[in-house]
Amino acid sequence: MHDMSTHALHHHAPPTGFIRKYIFSLDHKVIGKQYYGLGLVAVFTGMALSWLMRLHLGWTNLAIPGLHLLSSTGAPGNVMTPEYYLQLMTMHATIMVFFVLTVAPFAAFGNFFLPIQVGAEDMPFPHINMMSFWVTFVAFCVLISSFFLGDGPALSGWTGYAPLSAVGSVAGPGQGLGQVLWAASLAIFCVGQLLGSLNFIPTTLDLRAKGMSLARLPLNVWGWFITSCMALTAFAVLMPACILLILDHVAGTSFFVPSNLVINDQLQPHSGGSTLLWQHLFWFFGHPEVYIAIVPGMGIVSHVLIANMRRPLLSYKVIIGCMFSIAFLSYMVYGHHMFVSGMNPFSALVFSFPTLIITIPATIIVLIWIGSLYGSRLRINSASLFALGFISMFVAGGVSGFFLAQPSIDIVLHATYFVVGHFHLVMAVAAIFGIFAGTYFWFPKMFGRMMNETLGKIHFWLTFVGAYCIFMPFHYLGLAGNIRRYQAFSGYMEPLIPVHRFITVAALITGAAQFIFLYNLVHSRFWGKVAPENPWECTSLEWTVPSPPPFDNFGGRHPVVYHDPYQYGVQTESGADFIMQDSPETAKPA
Amino acid sequence: MATTVHEPPQIEPRVPELGHSGNGGRNLLPGGGRLRGVRDFSPPPASTALWVGLAAITMTFVAFTSALIVRQGSATDWRHISLPGILYLNTAVLLASSLTLEVFRRSFLKRRGAINAKQGAVDLPRTSAGWLYATLLLGIAFVAGQYLAWLRLNAEGFYLATNPSSSFFYVLTAAHALHVLGGIGGLIYIIRRLSQGMLRPTALSVSTRYWHFVDILWLYLLWLLWAKL
Amino acid sequence: MAKIFAVTLILIAIGSAIPIVAHIWEPAPDISTHGAVIDEQLSETMVEAGLSFLAAQFVLAIFVWMFSNRPENAKIGHFPGGATAMVLAGFLLVGTEVLALGIFGTKAWASVYFTPPAADAMPIQVQAGQFAFYFRYPGPDGKFGPLHPNLINEANENFFGLDQTNDQDSKDDIVTAEMAVPVNREIHLLMHSKDLSHSFYVPELRIHQDFVPGLDLSLHFTATKIGKYEIVCTQLCGLGHYNMRAYLYVYSQQDFDDWLKKEAALQ
Repeated sequence: MHDMSTHALHHHAPPTGFIRKYIFSLDHKVIGKQYYGLGLVAVFTGMALSWLMRLHLGWTNLAIPGLHLLSSTGAPGNVMTPEYYLQLMTMHATIMVFFVLTVAPFAAFGNFFLPIQVGAEDMPFPHINMMSFWVTFVAFCVLISSFFLGDGPALSGWTGYAPLSAVGSVAGPGQGLGQVLWAASLAIFCVGQLLGSLNFIPTTLDLRAKGMSLARLPLNVWGWFITSCMALTAFAVLMPACILLILDHVAGTSFFVPSNLVINDQLQPHSGGSTLLWQHLFWFFGHPEVYIAIVPGMGIVSHVLIANMRRPLLSYKVIIGCMFSIAFLSYMVYGHHMFVSGMNPFSALVFSFPTLIITIPATIIVLIWIGSLYGSRLRINSASLFALGFISMFVAGGVSGFFLAQPSIDIVLHATYFVVGHFHLVMAVAAIFGIFAGTYFWFPKMFGRMMNETLGKIHFWLTFVGAYCIFMPFHYLGLAGNIRRYQAFSGYMEPLIPVHRFITVAALITGAAQFIFLYNLVHSRFWGKVAPENPWECTSLEWTVPSPPPFDNFGGRHPVVYHDPYQYGVQTESGADFIMQDSPETAKPA
Repeated sequence: MATTVHEPPQIEPRVPELGHSGNGGRNLLPGGGRLRGVRDFSPPPASTALWVGLAAITMTFVAFTSALIVRQGSATDWRHISLPGILYLNTAVLLASSLTLEVFRRSFLKRRGAINAKQGAVDLPRTSAGWLYATLLLGIAFVAGQYLAWLRLNAEGFYLATNPSSSFFYVLTAAHALHVLGGIGGLIYIIRRLSQGMLRPTALSVSTRYWHFVDILWLYLLWLLWAKL
Repeated sequence: MAKIFAVTLILIAIGSAIPIVAHIWEPAPDISTHGAVIDEQLSETMVEAGLSFLAAQFVLAIFVWMFSNRPENAKIGHFPGGATAMVLAGFLLVGTEVLALGIFGTKAWASVYFTPPAADAMPIQVQAGQFAFYFRYPGPDGKFGPLHPNLINEANENFFGLDQTNDQDSKDDIVTAEMAVPVNREIHLLMHSKDLSHSFYVPELRIHQDFVPGLDLSLHFTATKIGKYEIVCTQLCGLGHYNMRAYLYVYSQQDFDDWLKKEAALQ
C-alpha cells in the first residue's frame, strides 16, 4: 500500500546543527545552493584560465605577473610555455563543460526548484541527493588537484583523444598522472550525475501534487526531466570510456593504443588498440552532453520569458515536442565531430543528415519564442534581458552550425576557430545567459532578497556586447584558416594576431564585468531589499511559498493544482492579469 | 490549457481528484470529485528510480560491448580464450539465487496480502527469512566463483593486459561483479528490515527486480564472452 | 531600455555581417580541382545562414521594441497563424534549406572521398609524428619499401624506419622534409602516423584528413597553381602542435624533376 504519507519524505524533522543544516544537508534547497556555489567557483576559475589563455594568444612571450607561482615549470619567468598553454586550455574546457554548464542550470536550479514546482516536500531520496553533490565536489577536487602535480595537468584537451591521452607521460608533460586524474575526475562526475538523475526523474514522475498532471508542469521542469534522461544515458557511456582509458595508463592494456607507435624513438609497448574507438565512445557521450548543457537553459528561458511577457508561449506542447526531438536526435549526430577522422566517409553522410535535421526543432523553438513576443506585454528587467539575450546568442551560434553540419564544408572549417566560435556562442554563452536569467529571476525566492536591478542591467549590457565582441570574430578567424588549440600563430596565421588581441581585450573587459554580478550576488544576499513572495507575479508553485521557502517547502500543507502554469493575460475577479497554479479561481470569460 | 487568448481558459469546476496524476490520462479515479480511499496510482519513487538506474547500467554495458566489438574488429593480435568451466557453475548458482529470491518474494506478498485482508494492518509478523539467506549465500558464492575463474585464467597466463581478449574478460566480469555486490548490499538491507518487521513491499520488489536484472545481465555477458572471446 | 536593446541588437547583427559581406576574412583562394564545388557550397551556406541570422535578430529586436512598455491593460495580441505557422515555417523553410544543403553537399563530399585516385596518380607517402611531417617518394622503382618502426632514429634521420641495406625497394626511396608536387598532376597521398593522431590540412587545396595510428588512410588531389603553401597539423598532438608544419611546393613539371633529383642526391 502506498499513500502520500509514505512518501514520508521520510518526513525528516527540520535539520539541526551546523553540519546537518549547511554541509551534509538532506534538503534539496541547500543541495541546490551548494551546486550553485560549486558552479560559481568553477566559472570564475574557468574564466581566469581563459584570461591567461587569451593573454598568451595575443602576446605569446608576455610575462604574466605571478604566473610562475601557479606553476614554476609551466611558466618559468612568468612566461607561459607551449605545454602549459595546452594544459590551461584543457582545464578551462573541462571545468566549464562539466562543472559549470552541467552543474549550474541543471543540478543547481533543478535541485532547488524541481520539488517545489511539482508540489513536493523534497526529492524522494535525500541521502542519495546529498551524495550526488558531494561526489561531484570530490570530482572537482580530483580535477583541480592535477594543477599541483609536478608536470601539471593533462594537455590533451577536454576531448582527451587517444593515443595522446592513453600512452602516458612519454607523449608530453601532464600526460602521466595528470591525464589519469582527468579521467578519474570525469568518471567520478558521471557517478554524481547518475545519482542526481535517480532523484530528478522519480520526483517529476511520482511526486507531483494533486492536480499537477504532466501537462501542467512548468516548461523548465520538462527541460530538467529531458536533461535527466539524457544525462543518465550519456554519462553512463563516458564512465566506461574513462575506465578503459585509465586501464590503458595504469594496467598496460591497449584498448585505445595501436601497435608500432614510436615516441621519442621508443617503440611503445601497446598493441592492437583502436584510436577511433575512443572518439566514438567519447562523442556518443559528448554530443548529448552539449544538449544537456543547453536544454535546461531553454526551459529556464521559456519560464522567465513567459512570466515577463504576461502571456503563454504560442504552444506549450510544441516546445516540449521540440525539446524531446532535440534530445532524441542528439544521439544520432555525434559522428559530425568525426567527419575527417578517418572513419568511413559514407558514415559522414549518415551523421550529417540528422545533424542538419536537428536544426528544425531548434528553429521551431526559437520561432515560437520570438513569435510569442508579438502582442505581449514585455517587461524589461535583468532576468528578461538575459532571456532575450539567450535567444540572440542561441541563434547566432546555431547558424554557424549549418556550415559544420556539412562534411564538405567541414573540410575547410574543421579544427579552426570557426568551430570554437560556434560552440562558445551556441552552448557556452547561451547557457550562461540562461544561468544568469535563472539567477536574477529566482534569487528572490532562494534568498528572500531582490538583486540590484541597476547592477543587473549594467552586467547585462557589458556581457551581451562583450560576448559578441569576443566570439563573433572567432568565426572570421576560422574562415581565414586559423587553427585551434595553437598556442602561437605563425606563417599564414600571423596576420591574424591583431584580431586575437582585440578579442583578448574584449575578453578581459567582459570578464571584469562578471565581478559586478558577483558583487551583486554577495551584496544582495545580505543587504538586498527584502523580497515579497511573488515579485514577478509568476504563476508557478515556487511563488506560493515564502521567500526563502521553509525546510519542507509547503509548511506541511499539500498544494492542490488547478491550472497550467501559463494563466497570464487573463481577467480575474481580483483584477490581476494572472492566476496562480494552485488557485481555484478561474478566469472571467473574455 | 490556454492556447490562444481569445478564448477563455478552460474552466474546471470540479475539485481535482486525489492522486498524483491529477488530470492526466493516467488517473483512474472516477471524476465528479468523489473522494475515495487514499489509493495512489503513481508508482513508488523507488520503483521509478530503479528503472532509471537499470537504464544507466544497461548503457554502460552497451558501451563496453561496442568497445569489445570494435576492438576485436580492428585487432590483429586477438587470442581466443576458452572460458573457465567454473563460469557455467557460477551461472547456475546465480540463476538459483534468482529463484530463491522469487520464492521468498511471492511467499512474503501472499502472507502479507492475507494479513491485510484480515486486519488492514501494516504491521508484519516475522516471515521466515530462509529463502532470503539462501539467496544471499548463493550471491556471495557467485562472486567467489567469479574470483576463482580469475585465478584460473591467471594460472593459464592470461592477465589483465596480456591480450585484449583477456582485458575484456576481466573488465566485464569485474564490472558485473561490482553490481552484484551492490545487489548483495540490497539483500542485506532487506534482511535487516525483515528482521525488524519493517519490510515494505516496494523495497522488496525493487531489490528483487535489481537482482533479476543482474542475473539477466550475466546471461548476456556470458553469451558475449563465449561468442566473442 | 527595450529600445536600446533593439537598436544594439540590430547594430550587432549588421556589424557581424559586415566583415562577411566585405570579404575581409575568407578562406585562401582554391588551387584544387575539387575545391570549386566546396566553395560554392560554402557560399550558399553563408547566404542562407547569414539571412537566417539577420532575419532572426532583426525580428527579435523589432518585437522587443514594439511590445515593451505597453500599458498594463493592453490587449494581448496573437501572432498570425500561431504555433502552427512556426512549425510549418520550421519544416518548410528550414527543412528544405538544410535538406538542399545536405543533398547538394553530398556531391562535393563524393568528389573528394568517393572517387578513387587515377591509375597514374603519383604516390607520395607522408608520415606525421611529434612534431613534424616527413615525406617519402618511391624513387625510380615506383615502390615503397617496408617500414620498420624499431629502426626509427631521429638522430640518424631515419624518420620512416627504413632498412636501406636489406630491403631492395627501400634503396631508392627519397625522404624529404618538404613536399613538392608537379602542377596539374594527380597525387595519391598515403598517410601514416608514427605515434599519435595528427591531421593534414592545406587550406588552399581544400583537403583535410586526420592521421590515425594503426590505419592506412589516403587522399588524392590535383594542385592547379604553382606556389608555396603550408601544410598544418590540426589534431592536437602535444606541446609542439602549434609548430607542426611543412611546406608544399607546387612546381612546374621541369622544376619538380629538378627538385626530386636534388633530393635524391641528398639521401
